[in-house]
Amino acid sequence: MIAPLLWMISTSLKDKSGVFSLPPQWIPDPFITDAYTRLFELDQLWSGVKNSIIVSFSVTIIGTITSSMAAFSFAKLRLPFKNMIFLLLLIGIMIPYPSIMIPQFVIFSKIGWVNTLLPLIVPGMFGNITMIFFLRQYLSNVPDSIVEAAKIDGANYFQIFSKLIVPAIKPAIAAQFILWFMGAWNDYLAPLLYLNSPEKQTLQVVIANLNASYAIQTDYPLIMAASVISLIPVLTIFIIFQKQIIESVALSAVKG
Amino acid sequence: MEVSEKKTSATAARKIKKSNLYRDEHRAAFLFILIPVIGFILFSMIPFLISLYASFTDWNGIGQMNFIGLKNYQNLFQDKYFWQTLSNTFYMMIGIPIGLLISFLLASALSRKIVGKTIFRVIYYIPVVSSLAAISILWQWAYNGDFGLVNQVLDLVGIEGPNWLQNVSTVKPAIIIMAVWKGVGYSMLLYLAAIQSVPRTFYEAAELDGASAFQRFRYITWPMVKPITFFLIVTNIIGGSQLFTEVNIMTPTGGPQYASATVVWYLWRQAFSNWKMGYASAISVVLGIIIFIITALQFYMNRRSSYKLD
Repeated sequence: MIAPLLWMISTSLKDKSGVFSLPPQWIPDPFITDAYTRLFELDQLWSGVKNSIIVSFSVTIIGTITSSMAAFSFAKLRLPFKNMIFLLLLIGIMIPYPSIMIPQFVIFSKIGWVNTLLPLIVPGMFGNITMIFFLRQYLSNVPDSIVEAAKIDGANYFQIFSKLIVPAIKPAIAAQFILWFMGAWNDYLAPLLYLNSPEKQTLQVVIANLNASYAIQTDYPLIMAASVISLIPVLTIFIIFQKQIIESVALSAVKG
Repeated sequence: MEVSEKKTSATAARKIKKSNLYRDEHRAAFLFILIPVIGFILFSMIPFLISLYASFTDWNGIGQMNFIGLKNYQNLFQDKYFWQTLSNTFYMMIGIPIGLLISFLLASALSRKIVGKTIFRVIYYIPVVSSLAAISILWQWAYNGDFGLVNQVLDLVGIEGPNWLQNVSTVKPAIIIMAVWKGVGYSMLLYLAAIQSVPRTFYEAAELDGASAFQRFRYITWPMVKPITFFLIVTNIIGGSQLFTEVNIMTPTGGPQYASATVVWYLWRQAFSNWKMGYASAISVVLGIIIFIITALQFYMNRRSSYKLD
């Protein structure tokens, strides 16, 4: 199952001709890190890492706040037509991204946002409907009485949200945040659409371009090294939080 | 008289107070959901409506939108590349039942108490969290005809593998295999959770009644995992109909004779290489309708055969 991934790591530690040795070597001989050295000298790699960090963190941090506030409101507060609005949002996630990307692209290019990180950041900051959905589900386990009690004690709604709701659903928020972060880090289609110049591109687009340009030179160690680097952050997060991530994914599907 | 008057004024006061409280709550509730709702309107609904309108125009993204009626749709239905990419897209969906079967079998195996279950779960889940771009690059190299991992493994058992991505007959299976490999961990995890939620006593009772292993599967396990299967089929078809990244990275030109080009890849080409935004919008509308119909059909069929456990 992970043989292809091990092979990727193995390839990245070979020299250019070692890649083509027959029979194939699983343990590279010579064992060299030359591909990584050359990779780290590329400016695109570092700008790619920087852009990916900017996009993934700004989207997920702000988006998580807006999403959890909305989830609280949908789950616990009174508002006329609340369920209708929620249903409308849910229908919204059924609209496939390819169906809206063309007008989105034209609108963002009209306001001069193409080739900046803004089209990737701004829409995400308005929240994520999937996250709202799961947090709302999770909030149904939190008794309404604690909200009512806090109201009687004179707490305002923002205090109820920050002092009561957030601590109560912290594990769910954390799991959704991590899942979203991994999704944002791995995103390829939208960055490919909006970012043209190499210094603006996110890491996924950078490695795809390296793949296209270095494959002609059959520099597979470099290409594989770039892929390894792009996987490291997400895999590290996954290994650390694997228990929470796996539980949250399993739970969300069984419930939803 | 006086008493009743007092009473009415008191209820009135309570009513006012209550309505004030409600107004406060309404205002807070409204403000809390405002941002996502605005986001939905700005970034999904309006673009969707523009897309719908653009599909009836000759828009190129820069100039004016001239209304041309159903011309885009007429052209689309005569466009052999559109039909080919559509059939490619559906062809590649045969990976969905294969992937579900494999993940169900894996989940059944893992649901028994075996050593190192956590490790297995993590290993199968690693491809799921890995970036599709990196995975596509890796598999492109693995499918290399002369030096790729796949053919070297096949060589061990004496099979001479083809140049997977350059052959009309092998490029689609190659992409399917990769997609199954990437997705199996996710489905397996959901099946595992569903299987483990079945109370042990069901199986014990069935065994006492003399049910065979197949009967236990047919009448206990299968109905219990059915909602998960349904969920996975729906989400996989929605995802599968939007296949793009793998194709764009592994076969940037749509493969030999367009053999691996998918609808979204073709849409992308039309919109951002040929700048035929109106035409591409028509493709996106047709794609959206197809996804909607398939999903609605599945919900309808699932409702008819739904099974409830009391």
